[in-house]
Amino acid sequence: MTTPWSGAALAEAIEAFAPGSTDKSHGGDVWLKPEAAFMVCEGLKSRPEFKFDLLSSVTAVDYIDHFEVVYHLTSLPKNASAVLKIRVGLGRTDAVVPSVVPIWRGADYQEREVWDLMGVRFKGHPNHKRIMLWEGFPGHPLRKDYVTYDQSIVASLAPDDGAYAAGSETAVELGTAGSQPAPGAGAEA
Amino acid sequence: MAIKTQPVTVNLGPQHPSTHGVFRLRVMFDGEEIVDVEPVFGYLHRGSEKLAEERTYTQIVTLTDRMDYVSPMLNNQAYMLAVEKLAGIEPTQRGVWLRMIAAELQRIASHLVATGFLLQDLGALGTPLIYAMRERENILDLFEMLCGARITNSYLRPGGVFMDAPTGFWLALDRELVDIVNTLDELEEYLSGNEIVFSRTKGTAVLAPELLINASITGPMLRASGVDWDLRHRNPYDYYDRIEFKRILHTASDNYARYWVRVQEARESVNIIRQCVAQIEPGPVRPSFDDVPRLIRPPKGDAYVAIEGSKGELGFYLVSDGGIAPYRMHVRAPSLINLTLLRDMLIGGLFGDLFVSFGSVDLNMGEVDR
Amino acid sequence: MDPAFLDNSLWRNIYCNLAGDSAGCAAREYSAGMLPTGMEWLAFALAAAAIIGLFVNGVLGGVIVLIWGERRLFGRFQTRTGPNRWGPFGLLTPVADAIKTMFKEDVVPKDADRILFNLAPVMIAAPALLVFSVIPFGVGTYVADLNVGVLFIMAVTSLTTLAVLTAAWSSGNRIAILSAFRSVALLISYEIPMALALVGVIMLAGSMSLGQIIGAQSIPFILVQPLAVFVFFIAAMAEMARAPFDLTEAESELAAGYLNDYASMKFGIFFLAEFMAEISTSAIITVLFLSGWRGWEPVPSHLWFGAKLILVLFVIIWFRMTLPRLRIDQVLKLAWKGLFELTLINIIVTAVLIAIWPEPTTTRLWIMAAVNWPVAIISIWAVSKLLGTSGYDDTEPDSDAPVYPVATEQIPGSAVHISGVTGPDTQARISSPANSHIEQGGN
Repeated sequence: MTTPWSGAALAEAIEAFAPGSTDKSHGGDVWLKPEAAFMVCEGLKSRPEFKFDLLSSVTAVDYIDHFEVVYHLTSLPKNASAVLKIRVGLGRTDAVVPSVVPIWRGADYQEREVWDLMGVRFKGHPNHKRIMLWEGFPGHPLRKDYVTYDQSIVASLAPDDGAYAAGSETAVELGTAGSQPAPGAGAEA
Repeated sequence: MAIKTQPVTVNLGPQHPSTHGVFRLRVMFDGEEIVDVEPVFGYLHRGSEKLAEERTYTQIVTLTDRMDYVSPMLNNQAYMLAVEKLAGIEPTQRGVWLRMIAAELQRIASHLVATGFLLQDLGALGTPLIYAMRERENILDLFEMLCGARITNSYLRPGGVFMDAPTGFWLALDRELVDIVNTLDELEEYLSGNEIVFSRTKGTAVLAPELLINASITGPMLRASGVDWDLRHRNPYDYYDRIEFKRILHTASDNYARYWVRVQEARESVNIIRQCVAQIEPGPVRPSFDDVPRLIRPPKGDAYVAIEGSKGELGFYLVSDGGIAPYRMHVRAPSLINLTLLRDMLIGGLFGDLFVSFGSVDLNMGEVDR
Repeated sequence: MDPAFLDNSLWRNIYCNLAGDSAGCAAREYSAGMLPTGMEWLAFALAAAAIIGLFVNGVLGGVIVLIWGERRLFGRFQTRTGPNRWGPFGLLTPVADAIKTMFKEDVVPKDADRILFNLAPVMIAAPALLVFSVIPFGVGTYVADLNVGVLFIMAVTSLTTLAVLTAAWSSGNRIAILSAFRSVALLISYEIPMALALVGVIMLAGSMSLGQIIGAQSIPFILVQPLAVFVFFIAAMAEMARAPFDLTEAESELAAGYLNDYASMKFGIFFLAEFMAEISTSAIITVLFLSGWRGWEPVPSHLWFGAKLILVLFVIIWFRMTLPRLRIDQVLKLAWKGLFELTLINIIVTAVLIAIWPEPTTTRLWIMAAVNWPVAIISIWAVSKLLGTSGYDDTEPDSDAPVYPVATEQIPGSAVHISGVTGPDTQARISSPANSHIEQGGN
């Protein structure tokens, strides 16, 4: 059975080698300060009491007023797991966390994915590019305030203005007259 | 006299017969030798994680089917375990056994696909692939008996499965388990007796175990390097702690080892299914609607659950805000993460090995891009 | 009339039917030709045109049947039915395919060199057809029996690579260029063992004329020259770029290689040329090693030839269906380090045998076969040992010193379910995962 570290114990153990690097702990989670995160991760990987050599997962959650980057760590030699969290971008400011790619190469694509879809920047990432979407894609889709392309188009069209609304009216008229509403009939009108 | 050569950049994909989906590799060749590789993802990105935020917990099962579409049952299983952990649902015994049987069948199917396509990448014109796919079809027939669907199963529900197996299923399963072993024997005869397969795969794309772990690579790829790490054994979920099974290890960590580990694991899955069938007992296959309502409202919080998927550690991270839909869903996709070392595997190798090494990762574009 | 034409029944029958002055046809009953005297030149030309028409259409018909047969066989090998809808047993499927191919849009890439791009299909089809001109399909059924027939075949088949290179270069496609490089590398490597493999046959027959080589085969040379057959067959597969040597097309690597940018009937012509090469190679193997049209009466010679041809085709298709592809370095290694040596052994042994028995009679050929077979088996075994891949030394993970330290301690009897559920009688049934043993790696 993989033994999960409790948040309190992990925070205590982290504080022992990196004083002042944790924010708080709750349940199984420890919140790190972004500026100390890299140093703590290095210690978690190399120090004999942790040996977290496998970075299971990196992801981020948009909590409206801030972002939370979540790391799930696994230790093969100790068969233990831990959860680290970093709060960034408070007040929806620019969210930046240090990249852990120099420590765990497995973070490479995952951090790129977080940047692409959530818009959290990873400082020091060797190839900080979008991964799923193309460069120049507007916005980061997994953010809660993201407006999809079609929604933004619909929103930009006022109900009494433009071909979109006029077209639908024409189609209704043609339909009531008994004839088949032809596709593109609105454009002709 | 040294000949001055100029490297050539070639785009392999997005439309290419061997990219296992829609995927692009920008490869720089010096003659036949690979100088540089840059993978380009995202051609199959459907925003499953965003879509999940708009669906109830039960509806999301259908999204997980479409992630790794060669092992939907395992995706269902990982997702349901995460939901159960998040909402504190107790699964029924029979439901757990049934989903373990389904998951192990799916693992065999997925490994068969991986093996067949690896041989296809090696240049065998379809024959071994069709032998492997024929057996997978029979497994899909079993799924059809279980839930009426072959690929997009959506078989699992919070706390168990959608419905009990029909009476004919058990007989068909017994027959199928014998057939699977025969097919694996056939494939292995092809594999171990064939000089071309052996010379093509031995010693290619060798990766050190430390490197694999550092790059978060799990599953058969890791076990092929000799690291004894299987979540079914290390962190037994469902009833894997009641099952006795061998962990398949190989130390070569090359394409052959990965291939070999998959075939042996499929064999071992047959053994696991037999034990499941021996231990399953009658009972309800999922909790009543009084215990688990259709609309689940898990308490606020988050949960991460990882299972041993067919490709590696398949994890689901769910965040609940107390509503009927997850606030955030994240999939730890082994297909994507196992590609981290693609450059290390390919650079310096020959063009002929490119898709063999790529195929030995056993990736699925539906899961890479999600 | 050139006496060389006189035993060529194909030519003589057409010419003599047409020509008014039938000097060359005196022995035949239809000495009065259709054309008036003095029009022999027209008869000559018409006969030539008729033979060209006959051969081209015959070969194309053969290709159609071969495509059908190959696809049916693929179906059998892969436990499916194959094409069986259009026509009896699906025989008309290739016809439907051909019609479809003709009516497709002819796309020429923007970056293509148009002249060369359009020329390449012609360049590949011409040599593929030209090979058939020296092949005797039965008694007296051939276009020309050149006294350098074997050399002619070697020369003409090499032209195919030129067409491939032209096609790849003119399409302005990098993947195609990679394919053409491979094609040239294959040609340079395999032309040598292929030619050297034929030296033994030529020495035994004492001639390069295919007719005389058939004449010399009182027993098929496959029995007398096993090494030559082995090498020639492999080299011919490589020259044709058929699996396991289909590096130029390598579907899983290069998509379609040099054919990537071809569409419509231009693609169709490449496709036809590929199958023509398959037929011509089988025909050459039949002539050189399976004693061509020779057989026992009363079965006509053409049927003997056809049966042997189909047998060789079957073996080629069988290989193609079964084996995965070799890598380019392995392919070249096989040619230079393996087949080349085998041909040299074959030449030396055959030369010694001919020095001992200069005029090979049937009995002497049997003795040569008795000597050659052990030589062939031993040398092929030795080469396979030298070039083959050795197995793994040791794949057993050492349980005392694992490659990577992984936790060994287990919570015994732990049955804690992930969501906190414990089964009713877990303790009784539990088999601790720590007890399950580790399977060792094979090979």
